[in-house]
Amino acid sequence: MAEATTAGGARRHRIGAPPPLAALIVRRVAVSLLLLLAVSVLVFAGTEMLPGDVAQMILGQGATPQALAGLRAALHLGEPAWLRYLHWLWGLLHGNAGHSLVNGMSVATLVGRRLVNSLRLALFTTVVTVPLALLVGITAAIWRGTAYDRVVNILTVATVSVPEFLFATLAVLIFAVRLRWLPALSLVMRGASFAELLRAYALPVATLSLAIFAQMARMTRAALVNTLASSYVEMAVLKGVRPVRLVLRHALPNALGPVANAVALSLSFLLGGVVIVETVFSYPGLAKLMVDAVSTRDMPLVQACAMIFCTAYLLLVLVADLVALLANPRLRHR
Amino acid sequence: MPGWAGLRRKLRRPASYRDNRGRLAAKQQTGLTMSDDILPNLPGGTAPRMDLPGTSRRSLLGMAMAGGLVGAGGLVLPADAAPAPKRGGKLTVAGYASSTKDTLDPAHASNSTDYSRLFMFYNGLTVFDRHLNALPDLAQSVETKDATNWVIKLRKGIAFHDGSPFTSADVVFSLSRHKDAATSSVVRPIAMQLQEIKAAGPHEVHITLSGPNSELPSLLAIYQMVIVKDGTKDFSKGIGTGPFMVKEFNPGVRSIAVRNPHYFHHGKPYLDEVTFFGITDNAARVNALLSGDIDIASGITPLATRQIKAAKGFAVLNTAAGNYTDLIMHVDAPTIGNPDFVLAMKYLQDRERIRDSVFLGYATVGNDQPIAPTNPYYDASLPQRPLDLEKAKFHLKKAGMLGSKVRLVSSVAATGSPDMAVILQDTARKIGFDIQIDRVPANGYWSNYWLKAPFTYGNINPRPTANILLTLFFQSTAPWNESHFKNPTFDKLLIASRAETDLAKRKQMYGEMQKLIRDDAGIGIPVFISDLDAYSTRVKGFHAIPTGDLMGFNFAQNVWVDG
Repeated sequence: MAEATTAGGARRHRIGAPPPLAALIVRRVAVSLLLLLAVSVLVFAGTEMLPGDVAQMILGQGATPQALAGLRAALHLGEPAWLRYLHWLWGLLHGNAGHSLVNGMSVATLVGRRLVNSLRLALFTTVVTVPLALLVGITAAIWRGTAYDRVVNILTVATVSVPEFLFATLAVLIFAVRLRWLPALSLVMRGASFAELLRAYALPVATLSLAIFAQMARMTRAALVNTLASSYVEMAVLKGVRPVRLVLRHALPNALGPVANAVALSLSFLLGGVVIVETVFSYPGLAKLMVDAVSTRDMPLVQACAMIFCTAYLLLVLVADLVALLANPRLRHR
Repeated sequence: MPGWAGLRRKLRRPASYRDNRGRLAAKQQTGLTMSDDILPNLPGGTAPRMDLPGTSRRSLLGMAMAGGLVGAGGLVLPADAAPAPKRGGKLTVAGYASSTKDTLDPAHASNSTDYSRLFMFYNGLTVFDRHLNALPDLAQSVETKDATNWVIKLRKGIAFHDGSPFTSADVVFSLSRHKDAATSSVVRPIAMQLQEIKAAGPHEVHITLSGPNSELPSLLAIYQMVIVKDGTKDFSKGIGTGPFMVKEFNPGVRSIAVRNPHYFHHGKPYLDEVTFFGITDNAARVNALLSGDIDIASGITPLATRQIKAAKGFAVLNTAAGNYTDLIMHVDAPTIGNPDFVLAMKYLQDRERIRDSVFLGYATVGNDQPIAPTNPYYDASLPQRPLDLEKAKFHLKKAGMLGSKVRLVSSVAATGSPDMAVILQDTARKIGFDIQIDRVPANGYWSNYWLKAPFTYGNINPRPTANILLTLFFQSTAPWNESHFKNPTFDKLLIASRAETDLAKRKQMYGEMQKLIRDDAGIGIPVFISDLDAYSTRVKGFHAIPTGDLMGFNFAQNVWVDG
């Protein structure tokens, strides 16, 4: 039966009724680009609406009216919004995100270093978490209803309920302050050895893993349990397919769509949503850069960060959709 | 040739001020009180002794300078002659602020982290010691006859980090750029009084002020006034004359400073390297200290001191710099502006309770005037206003306000003000007066409530000199005159005090101004809030200089590590 479904899919494909996969992908990418343009308008409008401006923030308690006026003129804050939007968009298309209003450095330089840090933290967390979460989710689905499943359930609900700042602070208090096993700060020096790298990343990666692990594991389990309850799986069981093959070959491809989406959502969180972890461990990542930029009203930097987060999000969702398309031919007919 | 003790006695006598009238600024004169600390510790007293006849007619500043030079370059030598400083070692320090706004451009430095970096890489013409005397640093002497025309002689043989010599052109450039509107310098209003800054030879600068100001040496000791190289455009390299050189500077991330082997204060700095960054979260900063990741955590909350004290090998440095959160009453507002109401609110301040419960003892009782006890101009003879429920009730009754309600705005933006408001509310309730507290968010507080709400709180950062503080916040025309205090006598005193070169007279003027504010302004200052730094006890030589935290931001060249 299972062979029949896949064979059926292949046959229909050969007939040529569904649009070719390439066209689907192109259409999907085009939609993403359009969305990105809409996002750029929203980002720009959002930053326009923030109260106060960079001149006030720079001068602080030294802000006399003359000083403010002078600085505003120097920073070209007087031009109309739509003109500045077009300038900005034009710059972005040419890979020029402008200069920080606060310290005059190019946004690309400021963002570049931080982006590398953020990506590295996200990568380490992904490498640790995704396989583990999938494994736990799949095993819990296979042995659903058992004591193991219940323990996994309770633990995942528990971890998803503990705010990450609490876990991070407790972990620092125990492992850094009391036991002194690990550093309280995640400062990675250039030329650090592998052992130093492990030590520096241990706590932030553990904290982030805990935050995203639960969602991925539970989504995997839920999607798989649904599929396992369907009649074609029952048929496969009846005809004697071994459990491992049943899950990996028959059930998982059909459950992959929702799982990929859950993974994508969790990973997009790793770029933009980790400001608390970056703050607690003093990790120089992109999220903290954006929060800094908001508090100093450094609009070019805020906009660049926002665009990166949105792009990453769209990219991850796009990849998840493509994975789902590839894994499940039926989706191509919508 | 007079002996040291005799000379010191003579110099401290008011008579000798008169002998030298017109030759000095008050700060320089008070500078001599520091000799009590420094001179007895001088290792070799012979050199200054030989200079004495020559210097006795010269600026006292020059002599304080000679003392400083002999004292192992120790312009801020601790009084309690601690064990000799040790060379070498690295220090990791965390400030409480960090963002891409971090800068090495003196004109834009705007928080503790920036100031501390400025003092790592640059020097000022003068520098504050622990009694807030401005001692010469890059200058050799700062002299005037009339408090308007100043002659600054520069030290010779000093080089910038890139090897180029330090000359008067650098001074002219560094000071003049603050006046240029395009620089958008934070200290432009202060710099504008430096009407003419011109070089007179390679090692002499003449400054003409727009009006007399005998506090110029103190103005030159302000962190933003440090000297950069002539023509500097890119400040990220931090090319100065300072004790450390930039190895790495990454705004919002960290800086690494390495020892300047050619530093002109011989023997300093003691440390080989200082890594400095900001950790904005208080708990994270304290944890980093306790876990041994950093050696000093600056700007911690009073509550965190308990954790520090419970741990072994850590201590807290308490700096009474003069930061205050004040109750503001617009004296020209209806009801709130009634002088009897204002006085009643001042009598309702439970100062000791605020000190002990809001700031856990890390504060000094204030007297409704803004000059802190650590300031040389503080008038200790002004009677302390007590908590007096009877008088408060009397004045409220006289104002006809007993039984009515008022609305008080507080926000966490003004440090401690929500708690201070609750204490005031509680105290007022005892005499049957109802204060309604309106707690507003910190975001936007300064633009939406401060200076706008008639009955609210403000928080004022310490200013480098008393005159700057009074000019910014109490002069009738001041844009930040919080309580709309307008007093012609005060204004006259303020202007006159700048021109007065006699220290005793100037102190008297400041005393009068303090009294006027205490009695007539709509400002209640219950306490001065201390700045708190937590540090590992392996850091030595770390003591308070009351311009701010981290030894008045000048820790890097003054501390050493032991163990």
